[in-house]
Amino acid sequence: MLDRAPAEVPAKNEPARRVRFRGAGFVPASSRFGGWIALAFVIAIWQAAGSAGLVNPLFLPAPAAIARAIYQLAVSGALWQHLSASLLRIGVGWLLGTTAGVVVGFGIGLSRLARSVGITFISALFPIPKIALLPLLILWLGIGEEPKIATIALGVFFSTAISVYSGVDAVPRNLIRMAQSFNVPFATIVRKVIWPGALPAILAGFRITASVALLLVVSAEMIGAQYGIGAFVLQAGNLMQTDQLLAGVVILSVFGLAVGRVINWLETRLLHWR
Amino acid sequence: MDLIANHISHRFGDLAVLDDVSFTVSAGEVVAIVGPSGCGKSTLLSILGGLLQPTSGAPELRGSPPADSLNPLTFVFQDFALLPWANVEENVEFPLLHTQLSAAQRRAQVDDALRRTGLTDFRTTYPKQLSGGMRQRVGISRALAVRPAILLMDEPLSALDSQTRELLMEDFVRLLADGGMGAVYVTHNLEEAARLADRIVVLSRRPGRIREVVSVPMTRTERGEIAAREKLLALQNQIWSLIRNEAIDAEREVQHA
Repeated sequence: MLDRAPAEVPAKNEPARRVRFRGAGFVPASSRFGGWIALAFVIAIWQAAGSAGLVNPLFLPAPAAIARAIYQLAVSGALWQHLSASLLRIGVGWLLGTTAGVVVGFGIGLSRLARSVGITFISALFPIPKIALLPLLILWLGIGEEPKIATIALGVFFSTAISVYSGVDAVPRNLIRMAQSFNVPFATIVRKVIWPGALPAILAGFRITASVALLLVVSAEMIGAQYGIGAFVLQAGNLMQTDQLLAGVVILSVFGLAVGRVINWLETRLLHWR
Repeated sequence: MDLIANHISHRFGDLAVLDDVSFTVSAGEVVAIVGPSGCGKSTLLSILGGLLQPTSGAPELRGSPPADSLNPLTFVFQDFALLPWANVEENVEFPLLHTQLSAAQRRAQVDDALRRTGLTDFRTTYPKQLSGGMRQRVGISRALAVRPAILLMDEPLSALDSQTRELLMEDFVRLLADGGMGAVYVTHNLEEAARLADRIVVLSRRPGRIREVVSVPMTRTERGEIAAREKLLALQNQIWSLIRNEAIDAEREVQHA
């Protein structure tokens, strides 16, 4: 038996003490402008250091120099030339990889045969760095856009397939049983239950595959392309034009941010029920 | 239309869950299934509703369902099983989408089901915005929309607080009052069983066998009266005495598992 000291009876005239609040913290909430203010602060310090001659502009050009480089690129038309080449490769590669990934992912999620075959292949091939396949793809598809697009499509395909079948697996089984209990046909269950149930995982996968596509397009363009942001960055690096090089990096960063915004918008529209 | 459990046995691998369970639910009759934890009540309901293939025996139907019934055997689930991305109206309409009904007919059936469950003002609300009791009302409304002959209810009130349970129990009594719809009602709660069922099937501990079938000797309307409380309590005690020792054994088995 637990031995406890008898409870003390407080004197009636003893003053009451307030119970100390212990529930604070562990609820991180980001402020709306905090990130932008921090970014502006870092850029201001960076610019000030550059203007004061504290940093060699060859090693780290000041933000104003990078902005000038972007402006000159835009005015000369080179920005659009490089950007459009990259966007085309990313767009086509991402669409091909995503379409194939969604089809295969649903197949693996819904069919026993496709699962047993598909997961083995995906497990074996997913870890391969897709850029390593570029020389082989050039051999198969020739020198041109095809091998670069195929590299991106391959990289996107595996991540998409994995996120789709994981999403299908995560759809609550009770919802599927509910639909079956009402004799809802297979195709309607897929369309009305499994697709919306898997959508959060699929959109999360899109966020990852957009980054993968960006990474692969830059790598592929560095290996063999005349135009494209990757080719431009490599060329600027070779010529020690670090302001141009960082201009390319900023453009890539802005592109990544824009894709993130599009996916946020899609999530808000399609997952409003969460 | 009658629903017949015909010598149903079931195993999950080496684990025998049900052993030779047979009974009949006549048209318009409400049969409760009670028993200790793990005796196979929910498994039996899944088998009766065609969601699980029994190891031996079979669920059978005798006679025809009402002409307007779109899904004669319709489940009401313990966890409501609502589509979180669909609002109340869309959830209730969901089982009608693949039927031959026109959009106007579907709309009429949805309106009727929402009216019967008091959800007309919540048709555009999403499940996450509703309380547990309201969510279960949506589940009931969805079941009513397909005009079932027999409702298969798997502990439909167990996830709810006592006040909501009481209110929903009143709804069930009202919905089942005219005898147009039968039900199989799986529950742990003997009070619910005694209040709602015409007969109570008492299962033994696993593997579940029928220990006894107890008839409730009162109409459901009579059971709502204060004078009936004593008789209902005696009935609950009678059923509890049947399962008490096995419920204790089942509980110990769970603790030692």
